[in-house]
Amino acid sequence: MSEKHISSQFDAELSGICARVLEMGGLVESQTVRAMYALTHYSGETATQVLEQEVRVNSMEVEIDLDLQRTIAMRQPAASDLRLLIAVSKATANLERVGDEAARIARTVQRLINVGVSSRMRLPLGDLQFEADLATAQLRKSLDAFARLDAESALEVLKKDEAIDREFEGLLRKLITYMMEDPRTISSSIDLVFVAKAIERIGDHAKNLAEATIYVVKGTDVRHHSVEDVENVVR
Amino acid sequence: MSTMTVAATPRVTIETELPASARDVQPLKDLEVAVSVQGVNLFYGQNQALYDITLNIPRSHVVAFIGPSGCGKSTLLRCFNRMNDLIDNCRVEGSITIDGQNIYDRSVNVAQLRRRVGMVFQKPNPFPKSIYENVAYGLRLLGVRNRTQLDEVVERSLKQAALWEEVKDRLDASGLSLSGGQQQRLVIARAIALEPEVLLLDEPCSALDPISTAKVEELLHELKHKYTIVIVTHNMQQAARVSDFTAYMYLGKLIEYSPTRDLFMKPARRETEDYITGRFG
Repeated sequence: MSEKHISSQFDAELSGICARVLEMGGLVESQTVRAMYALTHYSGETATQVLEQEVRVNSMEVEIDLDLQRTIAMRQPAASDLRLLIAVSKATANLERVGDEAARIARTVQRLINVGVSSRMRLPLGDLQFEADLATAQLRKSLDAFARLDAESALEVLKKDEAIDREFEGLLRKLITYMMEDPRTISSSIDLVFVAKAIERIGDHAKNLAEATIYVVKGTDVRHHSVEDVENVVR
Repeated sequence: MSTMTVAATPRVTIETELPASARDVQPLKDLEVAVSVQGVNLFYGQNQALYDITLNIPRSHVVAFIGPSGCGKSTLLRCFNRMNDLIDNCRVEGSITIDGQNIYDRSVNVAQLRRRVGMVFQKPNPFPKSIYENVAYGLRLLGVRNRTQLDEVVERSLKQAALWEEVKDRLDASGLSLSGGQQQRLVIARAIALEPEVLLLDEPCSALDPISTAKVEELLHELKHKYTIVIVTHNMQQAARVSDFTAYMYLGKLIEYSPTRDLFMKPARRETEDYITGRFG
């Protein structure tokens, strides 16, 4: 879609909407990174910042939806333009959920601090950080693929989702071991299970965004299909 | 220890084509052909206006021709009832078959052909006669004198054209006293009074307001059960709304001819995509 529309105003509207999606993506990505910083450093202050960002993310979703409605009503988009707008709608919903997960992690941090958990308890925070790094990398890559409408990179995101899932399962086993060895860690370990799940969900949202990108570029809905099948569509 | 069986997730292969549920028409190849266009080239003197057009118009469906001005869509439409014969040094090659008969055959009586293939134009053109006489005109030309029969046809045609309720109390009023939208429906009533096999519409709504346009579009929806309809339109949304199949033409060539849903959701050709999304081609 390198060609421009005859109506430059339409081009401006579409690129404006996409720019805002990417801005929202950057916002939830930084939210995730901060939430993990708050966790690994037991920083209540950073956790509060994450929760404050949540308000901005929510209002961005509403604003972009409004822009979408306006563009659909005024322009009656067809074919790839229509797919792009549908994909934007899915993208914002998924990004908003990423923000929710980051906020969930931040609230967990606040709770852990309140009950007096500290670095002396030696919880497997490094493993969580590793899982979170995978998820944020996926998120960044799926946003990149969306920005460039690059189905190949979107496919790479789909392929790597499994790595996060494996990491989540590994963490689960590890946390169970912690709880068995030292029942005093049960409460905080359960909190960390939810954090691990939240990170895994962020990976899923990145995957959904990648699927939306493939839908825009190839015109084929690839949700709920195996990676091999999607590969055949993309190549 | 009991063996656990895990139900395998059923594998579904990805449909790269639109799913059947997204379509409301059968594939073209399964439909009965009303008009068959084979390798049609058309020349205005030295200028070639149509290049090797081949397509089948299915019976009892609506087919829309879209494309930028001068792409040949109206020219192609006018081939179907030999309106191009009226233009000097216009030459047509190839064949157009309606119900198995090549309409460019020497034996074809053109007046009779136009009775079988009705046409409605951009500007409503009622005759300066009463509403009744406008609709009865064709039958009178055919020599029908029986008043009861004429009454029947006039009422039926006006009903089919969704105009009856609005004019039944003033059938003697001049056709020109009607609004633009009513005039266009009157002209359609006049065309269908002769029960044509094919109805050609050349931008029938471009001079109408949105309400009248909606009425004509609604009418097409009703009429297609009885007639084969070919419509030329500049309004792509209209093509998307009223037609079952759409042909996109550019510079005298047929670029893409597909079910309308496919063409507007996932066109096969880049040129079509550029046109329907309003990009520079």
